[in-house]
Amino acid sequence: MSIFAGCDVGSLTSKAVIMKNNKIIGSYILKSKPRPGDSAEASINGALEAAGLSLANIDCCIATGYGRDKIGFADGAVSEISCHGRGAYWLLPSAQMVIDIGGQDCKVMKLDANGRVERFTTNDKCASGTGRFLEVMARVLEVDISELGSLSRKARAPVTLASTCTIWAQADVIKYLNSGTAIEDIGAGINTAMAKRVAILASSMRTEGDVLMTGGVAKNTGVVSTLEKLLGVRIKKTRKADPQLAGAIGAAVIAGNGGGI
Amino acid sequence: MIVAGCDVGSLTAKAVIMENEAMLSSAVIRAGTRPAESAEAVMEMAAARAGLKLADISRIVGTGYGRERIPFADSVESEISCHAKGIWRLVPSARMVIDIGGQDAKATRLDANGKVGRFIYNDKCASGTGRFLEIMAEALEVPLGQMGAMGEHSRQKLTISNQCVIFAESEVISLVNDGKELPDILNALHHAMARRVASLARSIEVVPDVVMTGGVAKNCGVFNALSKALDVPLKSLDGMDPQIMGALGAAWYAAENEKNH
Repeated sequence: MSIFAGCDVGSLTSKAVIMKNNKIIGSYILKSKPRPGDSAEASINGALEAAGLSLANIDCCIATGYGRDKIGFADGAVSEISCHGRGAYWLLPSAQMVIDIGGQDCKVMKLDANGRVERFTTNDKCASGTGRFLEVMARVLEVDISELGSLSRKARAPVTLASTCTIWAQADVIKYLNSGTAIEDIGAGINTAMAKRVAILASSMRTEGDVLMTGGVAKNTGVVSTLEKLLGVRIKKTRKADPQLAGAIGAAVIAGNGGGI
Repeated sequence: MIVAGCDVGSLTAKAVIMENEAMLSSAVIRAGTRPAESAEAVMEMAAARAGLKLADISRIVGTGYGRERIPFADSVESEISCHAKGIWRLVPSARMVIDIGGQDAKATRLDANGKVGRFIYNDKCASGTGRFLEIMAEALEVPLGQMGAMGEHSRQKLTISNQCVIFAESEVISLVNDGKELPDILNALHHAMARRVASLARSIEVVPDVVMTGGVAKNCGVFNALSKALDVPLKSLDGMDPQIMGALGAAWYAAENEKNH
């Protein structure tokens, strides 16, 4: 039985997935290193170790993400949009809209019944509404980015961040901190500001079917629940795999198709 | 007849004292968190430099973002009006004022009588404002006041492609890691800043003579780059501090009000 790999080298994190028989047998996520080649190497080695395999066992490996052209061991490179679409379809075949929030961008894709990307829109010009916004805010609050989501649930009187710009919003957050506002209330305000920005992008692509969220921010329950309210839809959860792996999964699926999308 | 103008901005506070339509003294200080205290401190400094006391000044006009909180102001005027007034009195041929402050950027058209025509401003996004340079100065560990002069030693042309301050900061850090020279990076930042401000100004049509006001005008790199980006030579202020133009205009308002009394 053939074994395929997908490697997604992003701006903030790098992910690799090993698949056999359309099932994930190893995966790995790490913080990206300065050189994309090093990130790719470390992620695939982590995933191979988890699967108990070596690079020689891989029949085909597809790379994606912002550093996809600098990965020596990959057999080919495929765009992030195609890989995220494929990965989302693998995670949830009924998904019609996919909201993927990456470290430095936000993509909204509409999939056809076969999981191919019909239309998409992205924001990669402004840090607001991307993972970077949450990263900056988590640093100011001195909390781990993975803890940011749960602050929304504990908030009593969430604050409102007036500015969209990450720089101005950061100044707002510092003001709230200095005035002694509870960290939960500030965190909830941050998650809401993030959701509002993503909702603007998502509402330009309304669909009837299921909505799936991928990327690291899909794990932030505060952003997800506010986004559900703003869009008036339930955002489907997938238990098949970590939503942050969507791009790498898509790349591995495409590798299994011999590079065909 | 002694009058004064006091401009309390987001980052700095400025004061100008005039007697019989001639400037006696001026002062610029870093603004604290309380606009009233900043106003008092800067006004006292300007008064001391002229050998005066606050009580000697018959009329004071306030302007800037903190203008409503200046305790001793007899009246207030908008920043747009004050910058236009200050410039028109100094450079009567000016038909456009480009003012870059700590948290915003504005372009204002004037007619031959100094009356404000069309204007446009950006206070939504930190890109193209003084904050952009401040953040870059911090990231590069260069004193803000020396960025301009250091950038003049640039030999290799580099380009900062991101407009977003957050993303541009990462771009700058990658350039540093790639071993690029500091003057080249600074020069690229000045051009990036100028491109952003020029596109704002062009949206209301650029009419010469064009002058630049605000603290950023002291950065010769941005000054020259803006001239290039607009394809119009910027008119010099003959040694006058561009940062005090708002306070100067406010002082002129005070003088005119006093005359009409």
